[in-house]
Amino acid sequence: MKQRYVFVLAAALALVGIAVFMWKWTVLGFPVVQDQETQVWTIESAISFDSGPGSIKVKLHIPTLTPGFRTLNENSVSRGYGFSLNYPSGGREAQWAIRRADGRQTIYYRISVYEDPGSEQSDTTPPFPPPPVINEPLKTAVDVVVADVRERSADAASFTTELLRDMNDPSPDSNVELLVSEASSNTEFVETITTMLAAARIPARMIHGFILAGRQRSAVPVAWLEVHDGDRWRFFNPATGEEGVPDRFLIWWRGNEPLVSVEGGSNVQVDFAVQEYHLDAVSIAERQADQQGSSVGGFSLYNLPIQTQAVYSVLLMIPIGALIMVLMRNLIGVDAFGTFMPVLIALAFRETQLLWGVVLFSLLVALGLSIRFFLERLRLLLVPRLSAVLIIVVLLMLCISLVSHQLGMETGLSVALFPMVIIAMTIERMSVVWEERGAADAMRAGLGSLVIAVVAFIAMGQEWLEHLVFTFPELLLVILALTLLAGRYTGYRLLELQRFKALVGK
Amino acid sequence: MRGVARQLRESGVLGLNERNTEVIMRLNPRRLYPLVDDKARTKEIALAAGMAVPDLYGIIRNQGEVRRFADIVADRSSFVVKPAQGSGGDGIVVVTSRSERKRNAFRLTSGVLVSEEELQYHISNIVGGQYSLSGNPDKALVEYCVQFDPVFADVSYQGVPDVRVVVYRGYPAMAMVRLPTRASDGKANLHQGAVGAGIDLGTGKTLTGVLDDEIVDEHPDTGALITNLQIPHWAHILELAARGHDVTGLGYLGVDIVLDRDLGPLILEMNARPGLNIQIANCTGLKRRIERIDDLHDATASPKQRAAMARSEFSLPIT
Repeated sequence: MKQRYVFVLAAALALVGIAVFMWKWTVLGFPVVQDQETQVWTIESAISFDSGPGSIKVKLHIPTLTPGFRTLNENSVSRGYGFSLNYPSGGREAQWAIRRADGRQTIYYRISVYEDPGSEQSDTTPPFPPPPVINEPLKTAVDVVVADVRERSADAASFTTELLRDMNDPSPDSNVELLVSEASSNTEFVETITTMLAAARIPARMIHGFILAGRQRSAVPVAWLEVHDGDRWRFFNPATGEEGVPDRFLIWWRGNEPLVSVEGGSNVQVDFAVQEYHLDAVSIAERQADQQGSSVGGFSLYNLPIQTQAVYSVLLMIPIGALIMVLMRNLIGVDAFGTFMPVLIALAFRETQLLWGVVLFSLLVALGLSIRFFLERLRLLLVPRLSAVLIIVVLLMLCISLVSHQLGMETGLSVALFPMVIIAMTIERMSVVWEERGAADAMRAGLGSLVIAVVAFIAMGQEWLEHLVFTFPELLLVILALTLLAGRYTGYRLLELQRFKALVGK
Repeated sequence: MRGVARQLRESGVLGLNERNTEVIMRLNPRRLYPLVDDKARTKEIALAAGMAVPDLYGIIRNQGEVRRFADIVADRSSFVVKPAQGSGGDGIVVVTSRSERKRNAFRLTSGVLVSEEELQYHISNIVGGQYSLSGNPDKALVEYCVQFDPVFADVSYQGVPDVRVVVYRGYPAMAMVRLPTRASDGKANLHQGAVGAGIDLGTGKTLTGVLDDEIVDEHPDTGALITNLQIPHWAHILELAARGHDVTGLGYLGVDIVLDRDLGPLILEMNARPGLNIQIANCTGLKRRIERIDDLHDATASPKQRAAMARSEFSLPIT
């Protein structure tokens, strides 16, 4: 009956642990591997202008729907300006306002984004555009071209492709030539295209964005064409007619309106700079969790102060050491001093490194043991004797540090990190076992402790494991489940097979 | 390795993990442990039940009482000093006689002479808790030194041999005799190097022995055969062991009995976590006997009936 309780409990714990882990991993994107970094781009726009005599109002289109990207954070730097966000149709607008300003002004707006293929555009279906009002002689040219292209196309997409091919034809017919010559810039060209698509009752709009590639001092927005085929928005390269967007194309704003408008200022200049850097995937996952309104991010260990984090990154490895301890003692059957002494020794090894740790530990215990045997002759009472051993251990640590420092071996200094009380108790236990059961037993248990400490150190020193447990502390529930199961393990210990070998086949 | 484990399981060998989880935790409620972990209490309850135990000369309960030691042993020339809560025979000192020239020098089983002062230091260590299971302050018992039965004279190197009976739910399940060796320093504990010899429950005759997990037939120091020795008072020993269950309530119990030349079987101590070496000494796994006892268990049977049942059930066919 108890057996079943334990199994059910262990299964429940493991299930909860794994479920939370899977959720954080797959849904929130917490990285299972350390140093998993995500590329992050920061695009900074600097609006500078000469202030006029009166009040100033600056409006800047800023990104809102950015397929393929997610926003990490955004902020604006503007001294003395009031800041607000507006949502005109199909976009987002930052607005800065000030009553008075002197001299040349610069306002910064900065946004950091990272790539996320899952971020889809969730735009609404636009209404059919009204027939555009076009003056002659362009109207006739538009009508002729639209009628011509309509003949050669089946739907919105193929219409757009055909139209763009005609408009980009190096030897265009007279109507196309008239329309193209009207457009003096790339932006105006795309604007003309949207007008012609509107004449064909196809919803279309111009989009402006940046191709994020490395670091750019002065990035120029690229105009692109977005066409709604009745189902979804599709992108077209206005220069070739090909469908799609360039890689890492961040849509900044949509529509024909100018990027920035400044009331009460003149000589406006907008500069864009793109910076690329890498950010720990964990922080992105946390912000994403925040944005999704999940409290997991808030409960993450990464929100703790750095020093506390450092403490927990060690503490969270102790269960791993405890699990090793359970396996070594109950499954293998290694003899050791004290229940958790080897785990604590293994913790000290983290600071001293393995080889030095083993050397220093053996040295400390050997020296302590020999002095303990001397103390035995003095016939001290138990508690004073234990205290004497403790004081001697402290002195020995000091000596080892001083001697190794003199010899130029700085690693020797780390002996101070050994848990001295534990060492003192180990020396005491070992000397008693030595006296009572002989050197062989004492050495065996001492060696067993050391072996467990080394194995625990190796397990606790796995960086991927440390990262995994630190990022997903719920995995400790799985470890708890494993220890519960080990607690009901009734099979033989590995070393018992050797011990009872005389009984084999009886 | 898997093959070995399977064979051991088929032989019914009880492993430590299984002993702990399936037997001790099930049958030995923790609240009963103090009865056997404290030898002074064990002695009390055994005496109250009319069972024979070595005579208690005195108890030293704290450091202040250590100097009473001389008074306690004033007119004794042989005695045993042991920690009330010791385990595995640790901290037990057996004094066999006094020095002829100096009355306050004591001769140990090994022949070494120790001074009264040294013994007092040892007692103060005991009282300080050096040998107690938990490290807590302890009591030191001074008691009668068993004059062991000559049957074991050839197969013991100093020290006092004892008979360990594992009692499962009141039924003796397995027994062995533990013989001190030079390596064990006169102590009768197997992991200190004593030889254990299994005993046929039916006849009370020794089987082969075990030394450091190896099967042996001879005593390593005396060279005498340790097989086929008849343990005297066998029926009485088994009954005494079976009664151990009634006085302690422990379902899995090791009862250590010494055979005194004059007083017969005496209960030395009881153990709530008896070790598993007894299986090696008997060349038999405990599990089958446990299962058999579970089948035959009769809550109303008297200790005598239970001992008799064990004798008939667990007797080896004569080979």
